[in-house]
Amino acid sequence: MDFGFIDQLWVARVPLLKGLGVSVSISLLSIVVGTVLGVFVGLALTYGYRPVKWLVRGYTDFIRGTPVLVLVLASYYVLSTVGIDLGPFQAGVLALAVFCSSHVGELVRGALQSIPKGQTEAAKAIGLTFPQTFAYVLGPQALRQALPAWVNTAAEMVKASTLLSIIGVGELLLRTQEVISRTFMSLEFYFFAGFLYFVINYGIERFGRYVERKTAVPS
Amino acid sequence: MTSLLEIRDLHKRYGTVEVLKGVDCSMRQGEVISIIGSSGSGKTTMLRCINMLEEFQGGTIAIDGQEIGYETADGVRRRKPEREIARQRALTGMAFQQFNLFPHMTAAANVMLGLVKVKKMSRDEARALAEKWLDRVGLLSRKDHYPGQLSGGQQQRVAIARAIAMNPKLMLFDEVTSALDPELVNEVLQVIKALAEDGMSMLIVTHEMRFAYEVSSRVIFMNQGRIGEEGNPREMFLKPKTERLAEFLKTSAFN
Repeated sequence: MDFGFIDQLWVARVPLLKGLGVSVSISLLSIVVGTVLGVFVGLALTYGYRPVKWLVRGYTDFIRGTPVLVLVLASYYVLSTVGIDLGPFQAGVLALAVFCSSHVGELVRGALQSIPKGQTEAAKAIGLTFPQTFAYVLGPQALRQALPAWVNTAAEMVKASTLLSIIGVGELLLRTQEVISRTFMSLEFYFFAGFLYFVINYGIERFGRYVERKTAVPS
Repeated sequence: MTSLLEIRDLHKRYGTVEVLKGVDCSMRQGEVISIIGSSGSGKTTMLRCINMLEEFQGGTIAIDGQEIGYETADGVRRRKPEREIARQRALTGMAFQQFNLFPHMTAAANVMLGLVKVKKMSRDEARALAEKWLDRVGLLSRKDHYPGQLSGGQQQRVAIARAIAMNPKLMLFDEVTSALDPELVNEVLQVIKALAEDGMSMLIVTHEMRFAYEVSSRVIFMNQGRIGEEGNPREMFLKPKTERLAEFLKTSAFN
């Protein structure tokens, strides 16, 4: 009896697809939550009052200086010791979202600070309030500025989602390893998993390029 | 008759450096005042205090009798609420040296933004008004262009249209031709001249002495944070009373 790779792939299709679904969910959730959080982090870093700024600066520096794996492990094992009992999926997404937020926060800060001061002054001069200035003048410009780096961060999050296999989240990598332990076709299945990650990230990149093109300002 | 602009004993410090050391100035409706002086004399700072782009530590500025930026109650001077300051800023319009157009918006959208968001006009109303003013500065055909697609002179004209469309009581021009190539200066000055002829009240900080001479009803010479001399342009440029002004005019390109 000869079980070729294609046959084994067919046999393993359900766990692999489920794993892929979990990986995509982890990535999507952590990117969305991390980005929303990150925008607030960026705003605090740019416009916050000093104590707020220092606090948030401490948060981002600490998070960015910590390996993601450590964050994942801490989120799962340490939080439960202080009474916050999260499942592996929740704990993992939390860790990745926090990690993502510190990076997005820096992106947002950088983008906002790169906008010339004259933009704010011109907006003030026509009587816009600060929230209006942000919504119509600074925000749209910062968004365009931050987009390429944000796509990069999003792709990093997809890759970081594999770390959740360590705490037993059944995402694509863990499922792949399980299939390999049954079939011993490590090369083929790792390659296949790698291909799937590539497809996801390629999709994100194409999407980013598309948005970049759509929002490009003619000059 | 109350004056349009009333500046009393204006003091402005950056840290310990005092850049405005007590400026008094009053201006009537329809006046065109040029402010000249060497760099660092405080002329741009004074202009920026009028629309609260700069805070000031002493004195008062009033437009149409309304005190700008600060209020004094029980002897305590307080900054007005931001919302109120934003509203007061719309009393004046400002054009900047670096144009400061919003690069992600078309010329028309630049002009419309304040009309829609501050004046609460409908988009159709705002568009009609924006097109009217873009036409007045000769750029109606460029209304759908982005700032990056316009020359410096064209950008500055759009910026002036953006400010004027808000129907300010007073226009502030902050060295609007200083960043322009020499051949583009004139188109901008022509626009300002036309506004002067319409009776717009204007304060113009400029290095274009010939233009100041021709367009102003009054000239103010700023010197080291104070008004060094003021008067009508003919007297100021042809028969300066103070030595400082005479010296300044000699080194500037007026001849």
